[in-house]
Amino acid sequence: MSPSLVLIQLLSGLAHAMVLFLIASGLSLIFGVTRIVNFAHGSFYMLAAYLTYTLAATLPLGAAAFYVAVLLAAASVGLTGLGVEVTLLRRVYRAPELYQLLLTFALVLVVADLVKLCWGSENLTGPAAPGLAGSVAIAGQLFPTYDLALIALGPLVAAGLWWLFYRTRWGVVIRAATQDREMVAVLGVDQARLFTSVFALGSFLAGLGGALQVPRQALTNVMDASIITEAFVVVVVGGMGSLPGALLAAVLIGVIDAFGVLVLPRASLVMTFVVMAVVLIVRPWGLLGGPPAPQRTAAAAVVTAGAVRLPRRWVAAVLAVLIAAPPLLPTFHVWVLVEILAFALFAASLQLLMGTGGMVSFGHAATFGLGAYGAALLVTWTKAPMLLAFAAAPLAAAAGAALYGYFCVRLSSIYFAMLTLAFAQIAFAIVHQWYDVTGGDNGLLGIWPAAWLAGPLAYYYLALAACGGGVALLARIGRAPFGLTLRAARDHARRAETVGINIRLHQWLAFVVAGFFGGLAGGAFVFLKGSVFPNLLAVPMSVEPLVMVLLGGVQAPAGAAVGAAIYKLLDTVATKYTEYWQLVLGAVLILLVLVFPRGVLGVLGDRRA
Amino acid sequence: MLELRRVHAYYGRSHVLYGVDLAAREGEVVCLLGRNGAGKTTTLKAVVGLVDVTGGEILYQGRSLAGLRTHEISRAGIGFVPEDRRIFSDLTVAENLEVGERPGGTWTRERVSRLFPRLRELAGRRGGSLSGGEQQMLTIARTLMTSPRLLLLDEPSEGLAPVVVRALAENIAALKGGGLTILLSEQNVRFARRLADRAYIIEKGQIKFEGPFARLDADPSLRRAYLSV
Repeated sequence: MSPSLVLIQLLSGLAHAMVLFLIASGLSLIFGVTRIVNFAHGSFYMLAAYLTYTLAATLPLGAAAFYVAVLLAAASVGLTGLGVEVTLLRRVYRAPELYQLLLTFALVLVVADLVKLCWGSENLTGPAAPGLAGSVAIAGQLFPTYDLALIALGPLVAAGLWWLFYRTRWGVVIRAATQDREMVAVLGVDQARLFTSVFALGSFLAGLGGALQVPRQALTNVMDASIITEAFVVVVVGGMGSLPGALLAAVLIGVIDAFGVLVLPRASLVMTFVVMAVVLIVRPWGLLGGPPAPQRTAAAAVVTAGAVRLPRRWVAAVLAVLIAAPPLLPTFHVWVLVEILAFALFAASLQLLMGTGGMVSFGHAATFGLGAYGAALLVTWTKAPMLLAFAAAPLAAAAGAALYGYFCVRLSSIYFAMLTLAFAQIAFAIVHQWYDVTGGDNGLLGIWPAAWLAGPLAYYYLALAACGGGVALLARIGRAPFGLTLRAARDHARRAETVGINIRLHQWLAFVVAGFFGGLAGGAFVFLKGSVFPNLLAVPMSVEPLVMVLLGGVQAPAGAAVGAAIYKLLDTVATKYTEYWQLVLGAVLILLVLVFPRGVLGVLGDRRA
Repeated sequence: MLELRRVHAYYGRSHVLYGVDLAAREGEVVCLLGRNGAGKTTTLKAVVGLVDVTGGEILYQGRSLAGLRTHEISRAGIGFVPEDRRIFSDLTVAENLEVGERPGGTWTRERVSRLFPRLRELAGRRGGSLSGGEQQMLTIARTLMTSPRLLLLDEPSEGLAPVVVRALAENIAALKGGGLTILLSEQNVRFARRLADRAYIIEKGQIKFEGPFARLDADPSLRRAYLSV
């Protein structure tokens, strides 16, 4: 690589880094103060980009139109953020923090379809920035003038934000609230207004990033998903809530991206996640972040009573229906039921981590995918009998979970979540790129059950035994001394340690157990579909069980199963009747969160008590 | 100034206060004594809306505080100084004070610095780098910046060296001299006696004694039953 090429790549990495910094600083700000993991941040970014596209074309302002459009788009997205906070998020602040995450996920679905409705699915090419449209020669190579302008703009925005946070009272209050919200309220600051202003500013920054991206890349319907993961990586690598950290990490990730494409095009997907994994293993709170202040909630001081236990009669009734009904159902419905069973177990295995263990994983797809691929690879390459491959699925996933879980359980909260995501992404990249073995994009086909199990009813009962049995076992584990120990570690780590509990060991074991059952679910799924593709390990597959657990209720595996059933049924019905199923699903999810702010079983359980 | 009538409160899921009755008149320093876990902190937190009050009522200047949120109670003139200090450790001392600052209030940085001269010297230091005594001064100063008319102090002497406790007692006495109404929770009876006009004893979430310290001293059985460890 010639020196001039290196320089050009470096510059183009820096230009990307500046956009990343804008988005990541907004995300970090919102998380720092409100503790909301805002999945919708990428949607705001996308929305602003499309708005800029339309405004720049319609405003009758000549050369100024583009620049006015950028500011208008960012401002309206900031206002959208404000509206979302006031009308939706504010209603669920008293619910466990993760329910706000569920709400922002629903928004992702809604915005995605709204963008599709308004602007279509075709890629759009935005206008060039007037006055910055050409290129300049740098070391004999042409480099876009616009990117140079971005590189100059980045430090200006950073300085502006620094001034805001360190030189104004509002900024001081924000930084105080990042450490201890309750104390800020005690000192007379209205949290609701603080949250609203933070959400508006954070959304504005996302919008500005999206608007400025317009001259650089084509607008697509999936630009929200690609930016949100990257923004989370930047925030976590830099250290949550650290502005200089976000800047440093944005530069690091931007430059690595730029060179990755050049040096290792096949591995470019995964480079940033490898970097994140390494940073988190070496520095558990990111490059410039510090350990978060311990959470101060009343519940944190008291280990809550036993998990929600469903009345035996209910369980027996549901089981009776599950055994008796399928022979009466059309075949298609039986297959849907099998899929629900697999996802019920998948979600329940995540519930052990999230609910009982208090460890929120953003990468649980890895277990499902490892199980599915474990079985599929055995069948494809060794012609193993189906039942053997089926049994190998959970073992493969448990082995994988044991390996990466060893690193993950060393971290906590969002850092734990992001490291699980990193490992899931690494697994995804391996499966996706290793054509000779996994078939890459083409997947592995012809993974069918043994002949005597291939009929819908026979396979259904196998899935019921495996998945239903798995959920029951998980429920048993949650109530066993092992589950109680996990809960103690979740509610008060220091006290649990004081009474002699080896927290990391127990969390690691929980990770392996969750991996085992996640893999079993993956095994049940692969023989249902007869094929396996890399998307089983992709981000949406990690988000789905998360949504299911929250939807059903995080307190018990039964909640996860209920959530899985609701989500899958909604999904099946919505995709059947409308092209805009995301819009429908998102709207229903929003309603469900508002009506059941602690999950369906959580709220019903409270009513009974 | 402040009156609690048969207040019941929960901390998380556990019922902690069982009908607490308590009152503080304008300009008075009242002390709430009791062992660890008796309900002292919960009583103070109930006043500022940090725990769920499920029964009874809390009146401040004759008006019920029910339904008000924590920041509204603060703005109404009630300042709370938590037991564990809760300094914003990443912020400087000056910034910690700034969070509490209220334009047009009776307390300014100048006035706070006169009460705690040490804080002026520490203004640029990070809150997390202060000693325990300095943090205790800062947390009181920070709450004073909100210009309260009623100050709730939760175990201010806890964990401090005797010489620091003595200095702190002088500071609090100065506040009392300035006419501030103070509700103090303490385990340290000697410290409390120097400051308070009246004492309450709380045990298992109920008030067991109310009266001047002289009556408390006259009855050793009270101390044995509710205060000695």
